[in-house]
Amino acid sequence: MIQFNTGDLVWLLPEIILFVTASAVVLMSVIVRPQARPGLAALAVIGALAAGWAAYGLRDGNVELFSRMVIVDPFATYFRYLFVLAVLGGVLLSVRTLETEGGNRSEYYGLMLFAAIGMMVMAEAGDLLMVYIGLELMSLSLYVLAGFYRRETRSNEAAIKYFILGTLASGVFVYGLSLLYGLTGTTSIRAIGEAVAAGGLSRPALVLAVAMVGTAFAFKVSAVPFHMWTPDVYEGAPTPVTAFMSVGPKAAGFAVFLRVFLEAFPAAQPDWNNFAIVLSILTMAVGNVIAIAQTSVKRMLAYSSIGHAGYILIGLVGGTAAGAGAVLFYLLMYTITNLGAFGILVVLQREKGRVETLDDFAGLGKTHPAAALGMLVFLFSLTGIPPMAGFFGKFYLFTAAVQAGYVWLAVVGVLMSAVSAFYYLRVVLAMYMQEPVGIGGGAGEPMPQPRAVLAVTIAAFLTVGIGILLNPLLSLAAASLPKM
Amino acid sequence: MKFPILSLTTYIPLVGALYLLFMKEHEGMVRRLSLAVSLAAFALSVLMLGHFDPKTSGFQFVETLEWAPSLGVTYKMGVDGVSVLFIVLTTVLTVLSVLVSWTQVKKYVREFHVALLVMESAMLGVFSALDLVLFYVFWEVMLIPMFLMIGIWGGPNRIYAAVKFFLYTLAGSVLMLIGIIVLYVHGGKTFDVAALLQVKFAAPVQFWVFLAFFAAFAVKVPMWPVHTWLPDAHTEAPTAGSVILAGVLIKMGAYGFLRFSLPMFPDATATFAPYILALSLVAIIYGALVTLVQTDLKKLIAYSSVSHMGFVTLGIFALNRQGIEGGIMQMVNHGIITGALFLLVGIIYERTHSREISAYGGIARSVPRYAAFFVLFVLASLGLPGLNGFVGEFLVILGAFQRDRVVGVLAMTGIILAAVYLLWMTQRVLFQEMTHPENEKLADIDTREFITLLPLAVLSVFLGVYPNPALSVMHASVDQLMAKMEAHRAAVISWSQAWPF
Repeated sequence: MIQFNTGDLVWLLPEIILFVTASAVVLMSVIVRPQARPGLAALAVIGALAAGWAAYGLRDGNVELFSRMVIVDPFATYFRYLFVLAVLGGVLLSVRTLETEGGNRSEYYGLMLFAAIGMMVMAEAGDLLMVYIGLELMSLSLYVLAGFYRRETRSNEAAIKYFILGTLASGVFVYGLSLLYGLTGTTSIRAIGEAVAAGGLSRPALVLAVAMVGTAFAFKVSAVPFHMWTPDVYEGAPTPVTAFMSVGPKAAGFAVFLRVFLEAFPAAQPDWNNFAIVLSILTMAVGNVIAIAQTSVKRMLAYSSIGHAGYILIGLVGGTAAGAGAVLFYLLMYTITNLGAFGILVVLQREKGRVETLDDFAGLGKTHPAAALGMLVFLFSLTGIPPMAGFFGKFYLFTAAVQAGYVWLAVVGVLMSAVSAFYYLRVVLAMYMQEPVGIGGGAGEPMPQPRAVLAVTIAAFLTVGIGILLNPLLSLAAASLPKM
Repeated sequence: MKFPILSLTTYIPLVGALYLLFMKEHEGMVRRLSLAVSLAAFALSVLMLGHFDPKTSGFQFVETLEWAPSLGVTYKMGVDGVSVLFIVLTTVLTVLSVLVSWTQVKKYVREFHVALLVMESAMLGVFSALDLVLFYVFWEVMLIPMFLMIGIWGGPNRIYAAVKFFLYTLAGSVLMLIGIIVLYVHGGKTFDVAALLQVKFAAPVQFWVFLAFFAAFAVKVPMWPVHTWLPDAHTEAPTAGSVILAGVLIKMGAYGFLRFSLPMFPDATATFAPYILALSLVAIIYGALVTLVQTDLKKLIAYSSVSHMGFVTLGIFALNRQGIEGGIMQMVNHGIITGALFLLVGIIYERTHSREISAYGGIARSVPRYAAFFVLFVLASLGLPGLNGFVGEFLVILGAFQRDRVVGVLAMTGIILAAVYLLWMTQRVLFQEMTHPENEKLADIDTREFITLLPLAVLSVFLGVYPNPALSVMHASVDQLMAKMEAHRAAVISWSQAWPF
């Protein structure tokens, strides 16, 4: 029997605020005049900020609620910040493009907030059922968001692909969950951990269950070979949605990876460690190598985000605290940088015509020096060149790997970063070393998008200046480890 | 806290770069500001050299600030007798690079000076960082402005050259990053260079980390056979880029050997020294032979750098005092001489837009002052006694002979070949008949160009006649390095010791 204390709801204030805001946004989008709908973005931003503020207020919490269905601990708080950041970026980037391309339907913002609630629930789950609820809330919102531009074929294709494969992954997760329930008689993460540690379970069934749960999570973080959906969905979805999707669900996926694998399956670590290694190497290799062949920057960034999932998986290998801390820190660096990189695509968008191909970037250094400089910063950050954020993320990650005794895996990681430099550089080459050839979809200047520009500017400054904030952020990540 | 002169010198160019980036000044103002900033950095570095105590072997002007203690990373800066020389060399060459670009750089002027100044900050940071992570940060930051400098303002084949430069250097550097992390794990969870210098690392750690660092430094020097990026990069880069590349950037590999590889991994150094000596000899002789057949002036000087840098690594890995001091002298001198030669090529290229030797001939008659500088630096480069090039090469060869007579003899052939290719090139460019009538009306160097070349000419003669000031600054530091290597009584590591599995 689950104990329910109404007073405990205060710990869920960030989610409640997001839920109220999301519902208000959806309701008001039917009431207000179409011209006023962009104003609902402001409401969403305020809601997200309030949720972030509430999460900050509850940062000292370390409680287990409702018979440990929900855990509000520093780990959950860290991810709350991260998701607030992601949703703020997503909303700010969306405002203008939604008006011109998305039929000005502002349920969009509601869906983004609902997705963020789902992610938070995933990070806070103390029970696999809660993980599933969060996963579904997040995924269902994202399916709709991916297909939000109803009149665009690519957007529809993205939604369908994402939906079918995503549902499959959810199904696999539930299979794994039911196997675990059959083995241990519980769905609580901690109780499963105790049962696994006590031993005596059927090993093939346990390995199968762990593999199934891992597969579902690997799908959400788009690890190879469960990445097939990523390039098409990222390319087809509205660009601001892609920006949001490339950081939020990935972070949520890694949150449950850490929570479940470090708390429920540490005893099975010898079993899953080799899987993690293989998964990591495959993901790095496939993501980075295929990215080289792309001529669309958006699709290239999709493959690059697969590659980054590979780096992050290195942090899981060994199952050490340093590795977990490195994953948390990397996710923050990656979120800032990737929002920025996709943000540049949004900022450059024309009234008619997206900016996606390499040719669109030709001569950008001359025509739009500020945007080019921003893109330069984000691309070098993704490559991992100091003093950009991406470097410090990789540095911490590889340090953790070496400490855990996986020097060779770290070597593979850095060599893959060197490979990745090749395709990131091509965009830089196009921007600064080629003459402009004109934007494919439509001529003219980028439309004015002050809010998106603000978001990208903040991301750029954070990316460059992260070295100054290094210590507080590292300490925050180190203090936010999951229970192990 | 003492006056943070090192950080100030390092960041003045960066602050200048940020100002230029965000304040949209017009081109003339950009150039003047950039010159003022680089002169300020130069003045500070001279002040620092003036206050440097050559009798102390330890690090001076040390600044320590907490950065990320949870990871063992500190912000620590300091210089010793080796790095202080390079700091001054860097600030001098940056000032000259600004001057030489005054009329040569016409597009993206603001961005050019931003890149140049960021580059200067990063280079100064590399020479003064005393924390491995800080060092790595500066080391990698250099890649971005240099990549842009070659790629945007370079010659016709610039994109190929820029990408090649970036990928070669990055591939080497990332392996060093892993090496740095391994040192951290085995050296007491710190990245502090001074602390790590006290640690005696186990044989396998030395073996592999030496190789990881070697990957980064060998590409940078560049040693044969990873030198192929250099001729492309040097040739395609704008004059300022070539000067910085040849003058400072490629010295960093050798600097890294001295600062990290030799004192931290004495056993691995002893193990690999014979192979590195062999590679150095190949670089010296092969580099010189390839230089002989070049028809492009810039490419010729670029390949001659491969050969001259071979002397540097030869001296360092001779592992005796003469060799090491000669190697350091050779680095400083090569920076001065090759920097000057690239300036000279840039100056004439601006007038004729040709780098082909065959486009010239007999121009000494139309540009006598230019020819005077040209001959001076060519003679310095081929090691004429009385000019600075001689001092370094002489010491290196002395060290090489002490190490092994055969090595010394083979290295000597490099000097002979240098005389051949340099004098032959000079003859074809400056003397002989004037084959191209349009060269009759070439304008001789103007006052700005004269001012650009003069400091290097003075330095070249001064260090050639009286090298003691430079040598005395480095004596104490080299002494300490030798003492450290002897204290460890370096033992060769066998393969079976190093095999990790």
